[in-house]
Amino acid sequence: MTSTAGYNFAYLDENTKRMIRRALLKAVAIPGHQVPFGSREMPLPYGWGTGGIQVTASIIGPDDTLKVIDQGADDTTNAVSIRRFFARVAGVATTERTSEASIIQTRHRIPETPLREGQILVYQVPMPEPLFRLEPRVTETKRMHALADYGLMHVKLYEDIARHGHIAISYNYPVMVNGRYLMAPSPIPAFDNPKMDRMPALQLFGAGREKRIYAVPPYTPVRSLDFEDHPFVPIRADAACALCGSRESYLDEVVTDDRGGRIFVCSDTDYCRERQAARRRDAAE
Amino acid sequence: MTEAPLLEASGLSLRFGAVPALDDVSLAIWPGEVVAIVGESGSGKTTLLRVLSGLLRPDAGQVTYRDPEGAALPVHDMGEAALRRLMRTDWGFVHQNPRDGLRMGVSAGGNVGERLMAVGARHYGSIRAEALAWLERVEIDPARIDDLPRTFSGGMQQRLQIARTLVTRPRLVFMDEPTGGLDVSVQARLLDLIRALVADLGLAVLLVTHDIAAARLLAHRLLVMRHGQVVEQGLTDRVLDDPQHEYTQLLVASVLAA
Repeated sequence: MTSTAGYNFAYLDENTKRMIRRALLKAVAIPGHQVPFGSREMPLPYGWGTGGIQVTASIIGPDDTLKVIDQGADDTTNAVSIRRFFARVAGVATTERTSEASIIQTRHRIPETPLREGQILVYQVPMPEPLFRLEPRVTETKRMHALADYGLMHVKLYEDIARHGHIAISYNYPVMVNGRYLMAPSPIPAFDNPKMDRMPALQLFGAGREKRIYAVPPYTPVRSLDFEDHPFVPIRADAACALCGSRESYLDEVVTDDRGGRIFVCSDTDYCRERQAARRRDAAE
Repeated sequence: MTEAPLLEASGLSLRFGAVPALDDVSLAIWPGEVVAIVGESGSGKTTLLRVLSGLLRPDAGQVTYRDPEGAALPVHDMGEAALRRLMRTDWGFVHQNPRDGLRMGVSAGGNVGERLMAVGARHYGSIRAEALAWLERVEIDPARIDDLPRTFSGGMQQRLQIARTLVTRPRLVFMDEPTGGLDVSVQARLLDLIRALVADLGLAVLLVTHDIAAARLLAHRLLVMRHGQVVEQGLTDRVLDDPQHEYTQLLVASVLAA
């Protein structure tokens, strides 16, 4: 199967994959709980998706179809390199279409197209600990997770409202998984948080530098933290996509010239392309 | 004082290597009572407070807390989760240095609200209203609710710590030299405030101090400690006006009269 001689299927050796799969099983059994694992050196720097790559390498099989996105886009350096990496070391089929993929490795976005049962979403996580800016001691944060002692996170939200009038977290917005564990959803925009709630697909999170794996099984409740009188509001730029006209998708702001010109476009390139194609079909008919 | 004691300790012993920090100490505190523990530095006062509040485990002896339902809970065998819950609901701990008890990077309102949020308050408006009411109660200008504690004076920080501790209406408060490190006029004001709050809320307070004057002002009962032992105890006025043990006599005699 392997297209590059000298490498095992999907780069990692079988013992490492088994070790990661054991961590994954434990993570799925305890939704939102961070499971330590022996993170390996990967042929790319920390922060580029070493955690996500290791998770993908352990779960991918010859029949899988892989899609990799970075900030929603299929054509950025990170996405292209990782996709090419797996095409080479695992010889799997790759795609840019969300609906055709069986495994989607993502950095900082959830695809706009709703995921279905049987698909797996693998997140690249830079910092798995949601409390790390509030409590610097890892021993103490572990204890807080063990005792479900999460008052401190609400103190942070309180401070935001007192200072800014609203909860000023626009990405990596903390969530409660299954009513038990506080979890960092990786730096996805708060706009994507509602998509995690009771998602039919399996969600796996890998943090390579911090050596942690966690997971959200299908149909698990994921609730964004908020106050009764300041409910969670997903933020979205108030505009339509300049290319496909969508008013529902998450938008990137793109500067077009040096005279203040700018446009908003979908950050999910696959979603945008599909919509543009549909538009052209409609126009042709 | 006919009801059962709120907190009861018997036969507490703890050694730090060769040094006996606590030597067969027993005490009880009833609801609404203020008990002061006095003694010189190194006599085991703070260690006793830490053992009683479950922060330190004694070598021998046990501490029993009676919860509002009347059940007797062994403090050192109740498990960490239960102890933490107790610490943020029924109990409070006021540290000598407000920096130990406050979050210096969080606004005054957030500091007061933390215990409320820890026990499940999820309404921003009512948390803020409660924080404002408590700031007023401890004589801090409510306009400073969004200021950081590090911009406060020492006395204000200590009063903020008290507000933060009392906001969940605890039944038992441990105070470790709450007036230490403050100048005399600020001390007097703080003592006055603590006395009023204790009477208002019907708190039971276990107060550790080396300040005999503070003990006389606040405490109903007094325990005198030396070398890890309680050498004398009784009603505050009795102990201070008619000290029996030679060490207590020395302690009372060494208070400076202004």
